[in-house]
Amino acid sequence: MSFRARHLLGIEHLGPDEITALLDLADRYVALGRSAAKHADVLAGMTQINMFFEASTRTQSSFELAGKRLGADVMNMAMQASSLKKGETLIDTAMTLNAMHPDLLVVRHPNSGAVDLLAQKVTCAVLNAGDGRHEHPTQALLDALTIRRAKGRLHRLTVAICGDIAHSRVARSNLLLLGKMENRVRLVGPPTLMPAQAAEFGVEVTDDMREGLRDADVVMMLRLQRERMDGAFIPSEREYYHRFGLDAEKLAHAKGDAIVMHPGPMNRGVEIDGTLADDINRSVIQEQVEMGVAVRMAAMELLARNLRAARENGDG
Amino acid sequence: MTLYFENARLIDPEAGEERRGNLIVDGARIAAVDAAGPPKGAQVIDCASKCLAPGIVDIGVQVGEPGARHKESFRSAGRAAAAGGVTTIVTRPDTDPAIDTPEVLEFVTRRAQAETPVNMRPMAALTRGRAGREMVEIGFLMDAGAVAFTDTDHVVTNTRVLSRCLTYARSLGALVIGHPQDPGLSRGAAATSGKFAALRGLPSVSPMAERLGLDRDIGLVEMTGARYHADQITTRRALPPLRRAKANGLDITVGISIHHLTLNELDVGDYRTFFKLTPPLRSEDDRAAMVEAVDSGLIDVICSMHTPQDEESKRLPFEEAASGAVGLETLLPASMRLYHSGELTLPQLFRAMALNPARRLGLPAGRLAAGAPADLVLFDPDAPFLLDRFALHSKSKNTPFDEARLQGRVLACFVAGRRVHAKETA
Repeated sequence: MSFRARHLLGIEHLGPDEITALLDLADRYVALGRSAAKHADVLAGMTQINMFFEASTRTQSSFELAGKRLGADVMNMAMQASSLKKGETLIDTAMTLNAMHPDLLVVRHPNSGAVDLLAQKVTCAVLNAGDGRHEHPTQALLDALTIRRAKGRLHRLTVAICGDIAHSRVARSNLLLLGKMENRVRLVGPPTLMPAQAAEFGVEVTDDMREGLRDADVVMMLRLQRERMDGAFIPSEREYYHRFGLDAEKLAHAKGDAIVMHPGPMNRGVEIDGTLADDINRSVIQEQVEMGVAVRMAAMELLARNLRAARENGDG
Repeated sequence: MTLYFENARLIDPEAGEERRGNLIVDGARIAAVDAAGPPKGAQVIDCASKCLAPGIVDIGVQVGEPGARHKESFRSAGRAAAAGGVTTIVTRPDTDPAIDTPEVLEFVTRRAQAETPVNMRPMAALTRGRAGREMVEIGFLMDAGAVAFTDTDHVVTNTRVLSRCLTYARSLGALVIGHPQDPGLSRGAAATSGKFAALRGLPSVSPMAERLGLDRDIGLVEMTGARYHADQITTRRALPPLRRAKANGLDITVGISIHHLTLNELDVGDYRTFFKLTPPLRSEDDRAAMVEAVDSGLIDVICSMHTPQDEESKRLPFEEAASGAVGLETLLPASMRLYHSGELTLPQLFRAMALNPARRLGLPAGRLAAGAPADLVLFDPDAPFLLDRFALHSKSKNTPFDEARLQGRVLACFVAGRRVHAKETA
């Protein structure tokens, strides 16, 4: 097994062999999830704490289910409501939790780098469930698994990532992962939602959906946050949908067997046409949710393995 | 008391040269340079071929008095300055409350006199509470000793207010220090826009914001004829308008912090908050351009932009962490990086760190000449050391040079002919 990482803070720190190892294991958990029993007990006796400093339904429940299927004791902490309101700092919160001896800490935080900071202060394995605009590694891994299963490979594909690139941690992690696996990545979106010097990432950048989707194997749509639609970044919802919303006409520029992805939750009629999102011949959005649980199970198992090994060697 | 410094490597920024020689201090002033021999009864100090230079005049030092003495007091700042070869600290008014009345100014002056072994010259706010609305009592504050007027990093956004401040300041010959930055673009930014900021997912500001701010200020200076200094110019794009403004004869000078000359945005690495500065660290291309601009004299002043922050303010996610770095003790050793890399000479460095800032503020310091104040630093530019932030004299230890290999140690520091610091082993 070639997975060496102690934490899963971002795709940036993973090698292609580690990504492949994780996806291979996740494939096995997809099969398990589809079976009647659904249970493996590799995390039995371990404690998993989910700390979400930002509201989340999908990601948090996916991590919770993954932990439970692996037999861990799972605790959810709604951090927006708790100690931060009492003025406790992130570090103090981390130290408090650390004293409860968790084995896996799943963290989402609205500030980029906050999960890295926390990981420096605790002795358990930390999984980044999204930090600010920085990374969302398990989302990129579940997207990769979805693509690999749909396309039979995870290299030499043309992937168009469309929408609000600038504020998206999903886009960051995906373009890093797809780049490491040697795919061709295009970023498509209005220039106000594109990071400065995006072309320096070694990707193609365009503000024309038709050009961006041309001959793409995968079309990955991003969620547009409501608060960005009010004329600050784009003139209006309807103009955005007209120019950047994915519909059948625009999708026709991609390859005939191109798949459509979305990390959810969707704004139907803003970034994606509702009918297209439900088209089981094109959309793999439901598969993404299923892969999410499997990928998170795989990630936690690998980290738990490394954690146990480190503890046995006395440096945990 | 007469001192005779012999066997010195004299760094003379005024002549733009260094040479072997000796120097005589009589009382608080330099009595002679390159005398025939020691005067009778003088205490002889053998410099052992080390460098003797005018003490540093550091424009823009933040001391936590009033309001944040737990971060830095006049006593700790004074010790740090003496240990760093800084013989004059020019203090910032961004305290709590702001230094915007003669009464507060007198308070800090009195505190400095009682607590610091080095010279202190206060700056005052340009507008009340640094809020950018009403101008302060510029005349009274000058009478009380204010050497310049600045709202520091609070940009006066209302051009009508700023133009009136500049016009009024001009009639009194007061120096106004601006912070060239377009506040609309730079609001909330923690990094310079580009590949690094995008990868780290940090809110960022285009380097163009600095040029926009400078362009506006140059326009207002041309309109009012005021004396103007920009606290920090850190980007290549700001240099052409600056060059034009100087060529057009406007009374403009600019500074830069040592951090922007020796570090770049990549030093932030994995969200290291000690590298979070205002303005944020720039690209390597910008850094190199700034060093060239100091070399050509386009940038006049190098400062430490000493900004003490305690651990609690820095141990936060990068966006939320406080900005700024301490620099009084590291200014000289960090500047030696530019000397050892061959980018700048020692006289050039001391022109920017001592002579130019003193001249701009109308102070007699910064020179190795008979009659000048005996504010001197004796240092070894080659001595290597590993910086330990907990060994700093500042109360706050937020230095980006923690655990950095540096060369250049202060051996002794003199203010008005009095030794205020000596290296323990010297």
